[in-house]
Amino acid sequence: MSGQRMTGADAILRCLEAEGVDVMFGIPGGAILPLYDAMAKGTTVRHVLARHEQGAGHMAEGYARASGKVGVAIATSGPGATNLVTPIADAWMDSTPLVCVTGQVRSFLIGTDAFQECDITGITIPIVKHSWLVQDVKEIPHTLKAAFHVARTGRCGPVLVDVPRDVQEAELEFSYPDTVDLPGWKPPKRGHPRQIKEAAKALAAAERPVLYVGGGTLNADACEELRALAETGRLPVITTLMGKSAFPETHELHFGWPGMHGPKWSNWAMNKCDLLVAVGARFDDRVTGKLSAFAAGAQVIHLDIDSAEISKLRHADIPVVGPLKQVLGDLAKEMKELRVDGRTEPWLTQIAEWREQFPLRYGETKPGDMLKPQPVLETLQALTAGRDDVVWTTGVGQHQMWAMQYLLCEHPRTFVTSGGLGTMGYGVPAAVGAKAARPDATVICVDGDGCFQMTQQELATSVLEGLPIVVVIVNNGYLGMVRQWQDMFFDERFSQIHLTHQVPDYAGLAVAYGAAGFTVESEDELEATLAEALACGRTAVVDCRVDPREHCFPMIPAGAAALDLVEYPDEETVEAQ
Amino acid sequence: MIHTVSVLVENKPGALMRISSMFARRGYNIESLAVGPTERHDVSRIVLRVDCTQHSLEQIEKQMHKLVNVLRVNELEPDTSLERELALIKVAAPPDKRTELMALADVFNARVVDLGPDALVFEIVGPAEELEAFEELVRPHGIKELARTGRIGLQRASAGRSPRRQHVLS
Repeated sequence: MSGQRMTGADAILRCLEAEGVDVMFGIPGGAILPLYDAMAKGTTVRHVLARHEQGAGHMAEGYARASGKVGVAIATSGPGATNLVTPIADAWMDSTPLVCVTGQVRSFLIGTDAFQECDITGITIPIVKHSWLVQDVKEIPHTLKAAFHVARTGRCGPVLVDVPRDVQEAELEFSYPDTVDLPGWKPPKRGHPRQIKEAAKALAAAERPVLYVGGGTLNADACEELRALAETGRLPVITTLMGKSAFPETHELHFGWPGMHGPKWSNWAMNKCDLLVAVGARFDDRVTGKLSAFAAGAQVIHLDIDSAEISKLRHADIPVVGPLKQVLGDLAKEMKELRVDGRTEPWLTQIAEWREQFPLRYGETKPGDMLKPQPVLETLQALTAGRDDVVWTTGVGQHQMWAMQYLLCEHPRTFVTSGGLGTMGYGVPAAVGAKAARPDATVICVDGDGCFQMTQQELATSVLEGLPIVVVIVNNGYLGMVRQWQDMFFDERFSQIHLTHQVPDYAGLAVAYGAAGFTVESEDELEATLAEALACGRTAVVDCRVDPREHCFPMIPAGAAALDLVEYPDEETVEAQ
Repeated sequence: MIHTVSVLVENKPGALMRISSMFARRGYNIESLAVGPTERHDVSRIVLRVDCTQHSLEQIEKQMHKLVNVLRVNELEPDTSLERELALIKVAAPPDKRTELMALADVFNARVVDLGPDALVFEIVGPAEELEAFEELVRPHGIKELARTGRIGLQRASAGRSPRRQHVLS
């Protein structure tokens, strides 16, 4: 292929092929027509036709998170490109490797307010690792090479390549470069051995250590090394929302999830520890609560690929900057040599006792009560326990937090969610992308009714592209998390949150899209219906109509200290109301 | 505390915008900014004056380092570097005041670069404090217009090889 004459559009496809891309997600339009014409002429890269560019972007994210590979999204100029802005911002916040290729108006029209022109490289500057406006067809190969390199090295994230239509049409002698020329891009290659030794010493000396594991661990493909470290040092592991699935959640050393809706035992462990080891985590406000009160008595070891995260929010006593696979691997080796003497056993027992003492709980369902949301998640967990071929995705809100609390992920990259940006509507398209990455897996999207309505049109993509997913809507008829806040912090002044349980009829809507539709209104029919949907082998939507009064607990009120978390109200309190 | 930072960037479209956008997004305050060519045609130097009361200089430097176009970030410390600004000042100067103004200019090494019937234009180059002192002295005569560059700076030759800042042991 080297030295072959071809158009810029053909060259883009040859670049994607050379990068080993097997699927891209997009929608054609005027300024990207040459690229779609080149697809029609042939490529080994499968194209999945989304119904909205936001869907294409989230699919690429879901694909990336489920596979560990770079996701690719394609859109036209102007509105096509701006529709990608939300997924790009989402990928930026969650460090998801993403290459977005957008069409741009012809070079001579740039700056003239031409039809469907917009400065997408300008618009996305704050939310990309880097972007390129390709001005010469000869720049295409090394630009795409650089784009993939930047997206997946260092701290992963999104990049954007904007290609004017005339550049796609112009011709070049194509050859794909072996190396990148990026003198300013030097991600750290190794964590410093002295710092790792320091960290090991501190860990060996700690009585109450905690591993606070974030999404960086998954991005670094460092889950085995994490497990080796935890087991060697007998260290309790707490995984954040983004770190969920980095450590087997039925493992005796896994102790839940921290933060705003984390269980009491997890938050107590995080906040009462004497040594906090942040592993690819960034002290997000949803994890820490009031920062000054967070893990106030703890020394901090911070392991991260991004040096700018060190001491950004919390001072790191021992920072180690480097790829987590190597850093955790070396740290585990150091720990082995330091001979651990069961020093952490009382602490592990203590956290386990807290777990016994303050379990996740919710009110009993009495005859005539509406279905509660928590049993939906518990039943899904029961139906899938022990399976290694299930990938979960979620939207954002109460259902997402219940999913975090009740679904136990045993294998890496099996929990795909929008953390940092909190993008409602992420779940359905991310599930389609995850299915493309894991065709063998059962991909289940746990969604809210509000979230579902933001991107439901991608059901069509799921059905027609042969990427079946099961969407379980925890339908409480409201924007539930907003309802919870208005109830708890705005004196029950409910404002603009009522979506209703019935409109749309989600099962009917599913059928209209060619999918299977189910409705569940009571706990009696829950298990059988979910089991049927999971077994049906088609795209399915299960509308679980649940009680809107049910809030998600525990909860750390915004700005409060994590130790002041509010638990599920006692039965007596509920009855008194 | 205000620090002066010298940033070497690839001479590529948008490099300055990426830096200024990052400053705006993270709420870092820029007091002054000057961009210009360097000894290498493919590299530009951006000299920034940054207010570090809210955010640590180390954090700001590390955030800049994450930008793909940024090659190098150095603090220009007052003891070991040179800093200069240039000002053009148009001062009201009726014929009877010219001699007095020119004598003032002499003291500050300011040059007269243009002369009109009732005004003249001074050019002054130097450290910011000198420019400010001169400005204050001519102010009573009536400053009609003033233009001033951002600050540029270099490590002193006598400071030896410019130190590479080590942010975090890595």
